[in-house]
Amino acid sequence: MSTDTGVHAPPRARLPVSTLRNDRWWVPQVLTIAGLSIFVIYATVRVFLQQNYWVEEYHYLTPFYSPCISTGCVDGAAHFGRFIPDHALIPYAALSLPFLLLFRLTCYYYRKAYYRSFWLAPPACAVPEPHARYTGETRFPLILQNIHRYFFYLAFAITIINTYDMLLAFQTADGGFGLGLGNVILVVNVVMLWLYTLSCHSCRHVMGGRLKNFSKHPVRYRMWTRISALNTRHMEFAWISLGTLMLVDLYVMLVASGTITDLRFIG
Amino acid sequence: MTYKGHFRIWRGDEEGGSLEDFEVEVNEGEVVLDIIHRLQATQAPDLAVRWNCKAGKCGSCSAEVNGRPRLLCMTRMSIFSEGETITVTPMRAFSVIKDLVPDVSYNYTKAREVTSFTPPEGLGPGEYRMQQEDVERSQEFRKCIECFLCQDTCHVVRDHEENKSAFAGPRFLMRAAELEMHPLDEADRRDAVQDEHGLGMCNITKCCTEVCPEGIKITDNALIPMKERVAGRRYDPVVWLGNKLFKRGS
Repeated sequence: MSTDTGVHAPPRARLPVSTLRNDRWWVPQVLTIAGLSIFVIYATVRVFLQQNYWVEEYHYLTPFYSPCISTGCVDGAAHFGRFIPDHALIPYAALSLPFLLLFRLTCYYYRKAYYRSFWLAPPACAVPEPHARYTGETRFPLILQNIHRYFFYLAFAITIINTYDMLLAFQTADGGFGLGLGNVILVVNVVMLWLYTLSCHSCRHVMGGRLKNFSKHPVRYRMWTRISALNTRHMEFAWISLGTLMLVDLYVMLVASGTITDLRFIG
Repeated sequence: MTYKGHFRIWRGDEEGGSLEDFEVEVNEGEVVLDIIHRLQATQAPDLAVRWNCKAGKCGSCSAEVNGRPRLLCMTRMSIFSEGETITVTPMRAFSVIKDLVPDVSYNYTKAREVTSFTPPEGLGPGEYRMQQEDVERSQEFRKCIECFLCQDTCHVVRDHEENKSAFAGPRFLMRAAELEMHPLDEADRRDAVQDEHGLGMCNITKCCTEVCPEGIKITDNALIPMKERVAGRRYDPVVWLGNKLFKRGS
């Protein structure tokens, strides 16, 4: 960064250092980089592994393969048909994963997280960013962040599919009711996905935030109020749902591969 | 419990300046502004500092303590350890006038650029009737004491002086949001907030919210809702088509 711009611009108080913060302001950014990197690496490996995603005996399907629409999908896992070619570079859930990725990529919380930690704009409050110019989200490609609400609509639909998968898992291979640790993990994951999706800022806007007069729309006002309460914890839901996605996938993978057996409570 | 605290205070003006070291008495229950006043009374009578209410309500004593934008009167000495050196500088996003006093006129310029409250024609003062649920969003933003700490910490202007002409800053984007959400305001600010006040430059990294001494959720409740409203007007073809076909009201 030039020495005569930003906090060093001549009419401002001259100081030899860019920041006087002496706390560990970099810790959240390091943790963010670590957390997001772990998820991206894990998810990438799992998506292209194309095996151990379905437990036939208990109908467990990992969300990384839902909906399973590739011709390579096993019979039981393909709840919505198989119509895309089986190729090593095409995920089995090619219809949902790109949109879920874009939903999180354009999410207002994740934007804050990666702008700060990866792009250093800014690295922390009152800590100068290293870029000579800054145009924010006014130009391509970042102006596309404005279409976040479309990815919300799609994520909403995909979460319904995840819920359907979760409900199917209560049926065992012989058609009876079953309950195991896998079901519990699937339920927790779906709950967290709903909390993350419904606490989205775009959801808050479309459900009622766009209105000027709440008193004329009492139902939408009530929905907006509930979503606003969830919205205050959007960051927590964002991280917890990333964790539960990995957890449920790991569990299904371990059970499907025979590494562990599912802890069954019923059936 | 009294002890001698070590302070580094920025002294100078727009021509130049530096951090000067002082040893000042610190008593239990004091805030940084108390120390600055004791410094004025005992060692540096010409030290310039802007202050008024000493209760966190006038927004005058904004400065940076150990590099963090804070109100001097609301920063308790008890958050620092006895051996810690405490550095106090003026807000670094603005020009300095003298010592801890910055020139905040940028903010007044930006305040004048926001279209004022626009009530329905023919509705006079005293005739306004509004429901509580319709005004409570705007009421949160009315808590603002205009300390300009959010303006100071926002990297869009703090790190880029050249952006000041195009960016109003979080305080005045919040003012636009306050009016846009007001049930009796009839002006449409969505284009202006994007084109004239630079909402697109905000990358919602929430520093404004972090430093707000009034605890206003500037990013979540003002800036992001405004971004969504702008998206609805400028970037959402479905909303545009829906408005054309069904003439949806607000």
